[in-house]
Amino acid sequence: MTSVTNGPMRERFYATAADLVDTDPRVAVVIAEIGGAALFAAKRRHPDRVINVGIREQLMLGVAGGLALAGLRPIVHSYAPFVVERPFEMLKLDIGHQDAGAILASVGASYDSAASGRTHEAPEDVALVASLPGWSVYVPGHPDEAEQLLRASATTDERAYLRLAEQANAVPRSVERGHMIIERRGRVATVITVGPLLDPVLEATADLDVTVLYATTARPFDRDALRAARSPRVVLVEPYLAGTSSSEIAEALVDTPHRLLALGVPNVEHRRYGTWRDHNAVHGLDAAGIRARILPFLDAA
Amino acid sequence: MTATLPALGYADLGWLMDLQLGDDKHAASATSTLDVIWVLYDRILRIDPRRIDDPDRDRFLLSKGHGPMAYYAVLAAKGFIDIAALRTFGLYESPLGHHPDRNLVPGIEISSGSLGHGLGIAVGMALGLRARHSPARVFCLVGDAELEEGSNHEAIAFAGRAGLDRLACVVVDNRSSSLGWPGGIASRFAIESWSTATVDGRDHDGLEAALATRHEDRPHAVIAVVEPKA
Repeated sequence: MTSVTNGPMRERFYATAADLVDTDPRVAVVIAEIGGAALFAAKRRHPDRVINVGIREQLMLGVAGGLALAGLRPIVHSYAPFVVERPFEMLKLDIGHQDAGAILASVGASYDSAASGRTHEAPEDVALVASLPGWSVYVPGHPDEAEQLLRASATTDERAYLRLAEQANAVPRSVERGHMIIERRGRVATVITVGPLLDPVLEATADLDVTVLYATTARPFDRDALRAARSPRVVLVEPYLAGTSSSEIAEALVDTPHRLLALGVPNVEHRRYGTWRDHNAVHGLDAAGIRARILPFLDAA
Repeated sequence: MTATLPALGYADLGWLMDLQLGDDKHAASATSTLDVIWVLYDRILRIDPRRIDDPDRDRFLLSKGHGPMAYYAVLAAKGFIDIAALRTFGLYESPLGHHPDRNLVPGIEISSGSLGHGLGIAVGMALGLRARHSPARVFCLVGDAELEEGSNHEAIAFAGRAGLDRLACVVVDNRSSSLGWPGGIASRFAIESWSTATVDGRDHDGLEAALATRHEDRPHAVIAVVEPKA
């Protein structure tokens, strides 16, 4: 099994997935040589519904599609590059084109395993999943939110991508699938932030007269919340590829003159190791970096 | 689905395929999968076009979605699709494309076309049926060239280790794999603990015996050898 330090959001996922397997006979978990103690214990109790396919990520997605077509509710789990990028055509065909449902729960986020290098980084994951029709994308910012979103999605037959991260906000929100939360109201601009970047955004904008919207559902994008904010200046702060949701904002505000500043992970081969904190700092996704780029945007005419 | 099942047999498959193509270029003997699919639907699968949502029905997965005329002909002969629909093959409004779509044709179990997807889905289906304690079997048809896709070998290895007794893979071998399979196709399954049978892909009794075989502890592979692809 992959040997890494499991963060609290990841551990909560394992505990929640194990509980779902225990309590809902529809739920099955499919993994490719990854997992935590709670999940392995569940596998011993339910060997037919906790399935380790070995290091076979294409099969992992195919198995999920087949389980769904046989009436089960599969939860697929691995690192983001191995659950989204490597088997991408299986997402498209084995799940989507079949019109099957599944929950893909990834860990690693954009660069949680930065010390492992580019092979274990996936800042483009949300853009990839969002390019396929009919997928919901959830980006919780706290272990409690991850559990809320996982449990809610498990009761449906939807196609969902649940993106777990080591970085987390200090205080959980009561989140609801599909809806942003209004953290603060202001007049000068609307700042939309996603998942674990809420705390840095709140710190960066503490003294600014801006509305802050908090999203844990990246898709479908809550266009109504943005339109209701009625601001011609929009700042988008995403913990993945910069601009992933820019087109959603353009669609939401198609009849409204507006300016957009889209912050996120740049689309470059960075070739640096370290930690997610190092990378957030370099990419301007810590509080100081976010503030440094918001201020001139707000000052501009 | 038709309300009254048609009384059509193997001899009708030729003209049912001709309906799709508007000519007689694709006679039955030129269609590599025809006899395997016919024997499955005529003698093996426990399915009924009047109960296509039966959770305990056997499943047939055409992984090799290319050239589905034989498949559609058998489905029409067995009452799963209207014969009239065959004339619309490939048209914009038709449910019958050059690759099948399960969402357009009730009774078709998977949408296929891109090679190397069906067997992985079949493994998941067999796992799901096992978890639900269903007696249903899953039959997946692949081509010998399709086996070149590495995803098949992920599925073959895992299914053997998982002892998926309700899974059967039929490989229609018309020697269309450019690089071939030294040691034989069956050996690729046997080394992963599958039971195997290699039979004449035009011999209905031989196919029936091979396809009906089921061991309690392992998946089953049938290599159906037909004439080489021209």
